[in-house]
Amino acid sequence: MTAQQPAPSSAIEVRDAQRVFRSRSGMFGPERHVRAVDGVSFSLAAGDVLGVVGESGCGKSTLARMILGLLPLSVGEILVDGQSLAAMDRRERARLIQPVFQDPYSSLNPRQTVADIVALPLRAQGNIAAGEQRDRVMEMLRRVGLGPDHASRLPAQLSGGQRQRVAIARALVLRPRIVVCDEPTSALDVSVQAQILNLLADLRQELGLTYLFISHNLAVVEHIATAVAVMYLGRFVEQAPTADLFGAPAHPYTRALLASVLTPEPGLPIPDVGLGDQYPDPANIPPGCRFHPRCPVARDTCARETPPERTSGARRVACILEIAA
Amino acid sequence: MIRLPSGKHIATGVGAGIVAIVSLVAIFAPLLAPQDPFVQNLNARLIVPAWMDGGSPAHWLGTDQLGRDYLSRLIHGARISMLIGVLVTIISGLIGITLGVLAGYFGGKTDDAVMFVITTRLSIPLILVALTVVALVGSSFMVVILTLGLLLWVQFAVVARTTTMQVRNLDYIAAAQASGASRVHVLLREVLPNILTPLVVVATLEIALAILLEAALSFLGLGVPPPWPSWGLMIAEGKDFMFFSPWIIMVPGVALFVLVLGINLLGDGLRDLFGTGRTQ
Amino acid sequence: MSTPILDRPVLDIADLRVDFGTVAAVRGVSLHIARGETHCLVGESGCGKSVTALAVMGLLARNGRLQARHIRFQDHDLLGLKESGLARLRGDKMAMIFQEPMTSLNPAYTVGSQMAEVLRHHRGLKRTAALDRAAELLSRVGITAPGLRLGQFPHQLSGGLRQRVMIAMALLCDPELLIADEPTTALDVTVQAQILRLLQQLQRDLGLALLLITHDLGIVARMAHQVSVMYAGEVVETGKVAEVFGNPTHPYTRGLLECIPIPGKVKRGDRLGSIPGVVPRIQAGFTGCGFRDRCAHATVACTATIPLQQAESGHRYLCRLDPAWTRQAA
Repeated sequence: MTAQQPAPSSAIEVRDAQRVFRSRSGMFGPERHVRAVDGVSFSLAAGDVLGVVGESGCGKSTLARMILGLLPLSVGEILVDGQSLAAMDRRERARLIQPVFQDPYSSLNPRQTVADIVALPLRAQGNIAAGEQRDRVMEMLRRVGLGPDHASRLPAQLSGGQRQRVAIARALVLRPRIVVCDEPTSALDVSVQAQILNLLADLRQELGLTYLFISHNLAVVEHIATAVAVMYLGRFVEQAPTADLFGAPAHPYTRALLASVLTPEPGLPIPDVGLGDQYPDPANIPPGCRFHPRCPVARDTCARETPPERTSGARRVACILEIAA
Repeated sequence: MIRLPSGKHIATGVGAGIVAIVSLVAIFAPLLAPQDPFVQNLNARLIVPAWMDGGSPAHWLGTDQLGRDYLSRLIHGARISMLIGVLVTIISGLIGITLGVLAGYFGGKTDDAVMFVITTRLSIPLILVALTVVALVGSSFMVVILTLGLLLWVQFAVVARTTTMQVRNLDYIAAAQASGASRVHVLLREVLPNILTPLVVVATLEIALAILLEAALSFLGLGVPPPWPSWGLMIAEGKDFMFFSPWIIMVPGVALFVLVLGINLLGDGLRDLFGTGRTQ
Repeated sequence: MSTPILDRPVLDIADLRVDFGTVAAVRGVSLHIARGETHCLVGESGCGKSVTALAVMGLLARNGRLQARHIRFQDHDLLGLKESGLARLRGDKMAMIFQEPMTSLNPAYTVGSQMAEVLRHHRGLKRTAALDRAAELLSRVGITAPGLRLGQFPHQLSGGLRQRVMIAMALLCDPELLIADEPTTALDVTVQAQILRLLQQLQRDLGLALLLITHDLGIVARMAHQVSVMYAGEVVETGKVAEVFGNPTHPYTRGLLECIPIPGKVKRGDRLGSIPGVVPRIQAGFTGCGFRDRCAHATVACTATIPLQQAESGHRYLCRLDPAWTRQAA
């Protein structure tokens, strides 16, 4: 690919990101290649929210770690504000991108106090005075709805929702450009999920943040995202602005996902999504279109040829079928 | 914390008590010992302990073949055992934990290398190494400590490696890395504090092992040299008098047994209290 | 959905209470399920729904203390049964499936041996006959090539397949009651729909009474005939699904429904409804409403015993507020 100039206002741009894991069973077993992320490209403008939806095995968590700089890319590059992520040192990267993880019980060091946990990104910068660190930590705790008395507590003394607030405070204390939220509410109770989602939405407004929001919960994504990408076996099969994707899903997998959502409306049946019972295995990606073994409308060509990505306005779809109105 | 059944409570308490008493004896040995353990009195050789016929309160545990007061030798011997136990454990702990954490954290080739070193070390018999070292360098306090310290780190390494591998995949490690923390910080401040609990249990049991091994080496003449009152050496020196003056080997033998039992009971109790090597 | 047969209930629980030391996990749960009926027990973590199921099956942890006015399964008085009596019913006429199929199937044995063991234990079948029956049930739950699957180990199957195996195992002895504790929570959403459809179809074909435990109100709406909403160990609202969802009367139920964004009906920028505070842990000796610390309508009266009121016939809720209060709410 020829080197292109990054889109001028994009906070983050990902170009053909790929990541392969090699695993070997036993010392003499055959080597397996797991193509966890198999060519993802997108760009996200400052202040927007890209929702990434997909099921297990689609590679969204691997993608998250690559964007956080925790996992090197096998192929491709990631540009943040025009600069290559791989070329940054750890401190610069920390100032630009921060995570909020799914499990509030394993994302906080059980042996450290809340204040120490939230202060870590500040300490790691190496040039912020202790007094200023303390002030910024307190301010951040206040912003996420925790009081100063929480600062000296240990994670074990907090509820799931409170821990997630601490995780958010830690992520935002350096005022990063981009926050990667990897299923930030999936492990929480429903009544608490809404609290945290409202908090994330508020903070985005107040601090002008850009989110990459990964979730399997389509309704939540529709609520918070400006654009949505649907991921399947390591690739985006559809990307579109939120209203377009939910209003008129084009890719058969997107349609199946949306149809599977069970809304709390009594009297409606459980939908027959028609996907068959094969399951996606990133170690055995099907030839041709990777979705064809489960696709309810697959044609013969789908098993032979990888579908091109077709663009229509702001929407991109990897399917040979016409986008139905 | 898990509630232990009461039998375990008592056992752990007994173990802790024994370790505490022996530690105090070791620390305050010069104050507690009635006489100098090195002073020989050839007129007072092989006097029986005070509770037997012919014994006297002047020598509660009698004297050995060179007339040295046995109680004093026992007390100073406690010092040697505890000192060697603790120093060996510190040295082997530093080596083992470092190797284990590096192997568990970095995986890949580092892990392969450390596993190779562990396998190599396990295939070398301890006594052979001790013999060789002593033949080359002679035996002394420092030689014993260094030899045992450089050989007994395997248990530390294995437990450190496994627990590090468990902790490594937790999100707070990824969050610390994403926060910009250096690798050193992540290893020392994020990983290490969370793997300490099972390592404390290993350390307790290593002390017991080191004490027993020192006694074995000294018994074979490869350990602490005479006239130091190492309990193993006392047993060795007493074996010639086993039939007529049995207390010479029984006193240090029983002391060794009680100390190692106490340490093991304490270690078992700690292990039950904290959970078996799983991080919390 | 199938129509339930409304004669004597298959499962009848009256005033179940379960304590673990000083913690009151279940504080007076009553419900009944008829043949062919799906009753959903819905609530968030810590509300006591799983403990209720385990209490019925006799699978409580050692320090759990159970009391009830009665727990009846068909003609059996479960409270009066000894462990051996319960063990005869478990896996036979009363079956349970759990959330995590990976940990409920023994990873060291093949699917076939685990299923055959159930048949050997309860029906005394020999190995060949047991495996035949097992294969028959695997096809029943939609697993292709059942012979192949019988020889496989759990880790060789996907999550959806494992859960189907669990369901097949539960059905081996023609149960009359199936208790499913969050059966699809660990599965992908596309697989979830398949498994739920399967449960519905099996219920139609076999006339099962199904006690379905979940935190997902969408599942409740689509699957259940009756629903009991649990909070802090009590059933705070119960009734036919259409009535409870159409006219949620207890403040907790209303709050919960407002928290859930519905795709297509939610707009970006809208705030999601939420319930402030956290789910409490109730200690023994607690009186009054467990929800009062989080309820916008709480008063001093909520510390006293709360009446069980009727919103509509069969639709009951545990709150001192008048049934018509929802019409006055903004």
